Amino acid sequence: MTKGKFGIHGGQYVPETLMNAVNELESAYNCFKNDRHFNEELTSLLNGYAGRPSELYYAGNVTEKLGGAKIYLKREDLNHTGSHKINNVLGQALLAKKMGKKRIIAETGAGQHGVATATAAALLGMECEIFMGEEDTERQALNVFRMQLLGAEVHPVKSGTKTLKDAVSETMREWSKRIDDTFYVLGSVMGPHPYPQIVRDFQSVISKEIKEQLMKRESALPSAVVACVGGGSNSIGAFYNFIDDKEVRLIGCEAAGKGVDTFETAATIAKGRLGIFHGMKSYFCQTEKGQIAPVYSISAGLDYPGIGPEHAYLHDTKRAQYVPVTDDEAVGAFEFLSKTEGIIPAIESAHAMHYAMKIAPEMKKDEIIVVCISGRGDKDVAMIAKYKGVNINE
Amino acid sequence: MNNIRSSAAASKSRGLITEIFKNGKALITYLTAGDPSLDKTEDYVLTMAENGSDLIEIGIPFSDPVAEGETIQNAMIRALSKNIDLDGIFNVVANVRKKSKVPLVFMTYLNPLFSYGYEKFFKKCASTGINGIIVPDMPFEEQGEIKGFTDKYGITVITLIAPTSKERINVLAKQAEGFIYLVSSLGVTGVRSRITTDIDAIVSEIKKVTDTPVAVGFGISTPEQAKKVTKSADGVIIGSAVVKIIAEYKENAAPKLAEYVSEIKRVIQD
Repeated sequence: MTKGKFGIHGGQYVPETLMNAVNELESAYNCFKNDRHFNEELTSLLNGYAGRPSELYYAGNVTEKLGGAKIYLKREDLNHTGSHKINNVLGQALLAKKMGKKRIIAETGAGQHGVATATAAALLGMECEIFMGEEDTERQALNVFRMQLLGAEVHPVKSGTKTLKDAVSETMREWSKRIDDTFYVLGSVMGPHPYPQIVRDFQSVISKEIKEQLMKRESALPSAVVACVGGGSNSIGAFYNFIDDKEVRLIGCEAAGKGVDTFETAATIAKGRLGIFHGMKSYFCQTEKGQIAPVYSISAGLDYPGIGPEHAYLHDTKRAQYVPVTDDEAVGAFEFLSKTEGIIPAIESAHAMHYAMKIAPEMKKDEIIVVCISGRGDKDVAMIAKYKGVNINE
Repeated sequence: MNNIRSSAAASKSRGLITEIFKNGKALITYLTAGDPSLDKTEDYVLTMAENGSDLIEIGIPFSDPVAEGETIQNAMIRALSKNIDLDGIFNVVANVRKKSKVPLVFMTYLNPLFSYGYEKFFKKCASTGINGIIVPDMPFEEQGEIKGFTDKYGITVITLIAPTSKERINVLAKQAEGFIYLVSSLGVTGVRSRITTDIDAIVSEIKKVTDTPVAVGFGISTPEQAKKVTKSADGVIIGSAVVKIIAEYKENAAPKLAEYVSEIKRVIQD
């Protein structure tokens, strides 16, 4: 009976009110995913509007400084709207349009998914409402105004911990209030089936391109692909086409916040347990009584207590490895990449950069690490200044 | 041997729940366990039972209840801030059982149960006297999650049907046990000034395939609304309106609850 399983993970744990909506989404997606016109339209949007393919950049300065494996950066930060989120959003918004929906709603953490959704709504002429934890609207005020400029209405979510998980809950509640004309554009590889599959498919363009680009440049597969993981959309996108290439190490970097030995962390694989929440069975940070735990990370985009079910499965089967990276380590990598290569990464992506910096020196010079730079860091500049105690007088 | 015993237990629990619909329209009320305290939960369950509630839903607090509106969300937050947990709630159930035969149903999200352990949870349900369970984040397709345990321990799983269920109604209604929880409106729990769904049409759709009684919930607070939905339905479920009274009167809500519950019961039985 149960659908959308990755091993024991996944499923469709949503209220009855939403069951027909997720079923309708599943059949629409199955119908359009192999439709030639749909795919041509999407490819044309991805290339002509979002700026794909994104560059696979050889980071020569970084490679030299680290003195080990060659470092390539998959530049999702160069996409329109500044992150990988646009890949999935264009796919889902186009699907929404084909399904005859007039209004799209979405959750957002750092604001990147919200901005991408508001952008697609403006482009395709749809109404757009974004739900964002109140704390995140303060941490990422600039993105709130960006969304408003794009014509979206932004609802600060005041329930619970006022961050990403609460934004997801509130968007689910909103969806169950108004279903007929509304499409929920979910931003990560999480939630009830078919979302983990849809988002993964739309993001898998990242690994498809990495593979082609690296073949051309180096005639080789990478030794390792490193990406940050919150819900896990850029990482599953970067991993997906390498899953069958067993010699490629797949490494997901979780937000450890102030450390996995503290309560101020969001490292789900390191600290979480199996559970059922937000429509899926997967690993969640939770209390011993099964209440969802408040999580913390400097990065609003990784500040989520769960992880997508396919990642949970890749962890169970040991196909991918998940490592915690602290705030301090991420900020260090943020500054390192900015100064060494002239690329300011999103603080989320800096988590992945840190781990590449850690393993590269121990690797051989002919080995290759691809780091997914999932977004650009402009949104984080003010927060990094604050973190370092610098007054930039905004 | 075990099977015979457990299926007998299950049909007994279904029987108890179905019984409440035998003397006219039934009133089902909800409260969140531990708000304002576990002692008061015990007190209020008994108060409601004595004043006309035919079945009581006890809500198990969860940190992130995606199907609840603000009223019940806040009640759950208040309860959790007092460290209310399942063992404490089972004590309340056991105490109520010493004094009352009123059927009791848990309303709970899956994760607290999953974390506690299904086997241990349902065993405890059976031993303390819980008759059924409603799980808002477990649709029919995911019932396999707990069905083996609910069958084993004779706990009735209540099926929800929503205004959006449409062609699913048939399948859902056919397998339903105890009573069918018909969700009156789109969205989450909470008091509404108007119910726009054509309840009568859905009830008659359900009645075509099953004799299982139908109770309507979500958004209902006034005697007029209760009267209206029970024209076709067999019962009415009131949650947020009860939780609001408890939120307002806290430790002293018993007289208000008695007044409110008996008024609704009187109106629907008229």
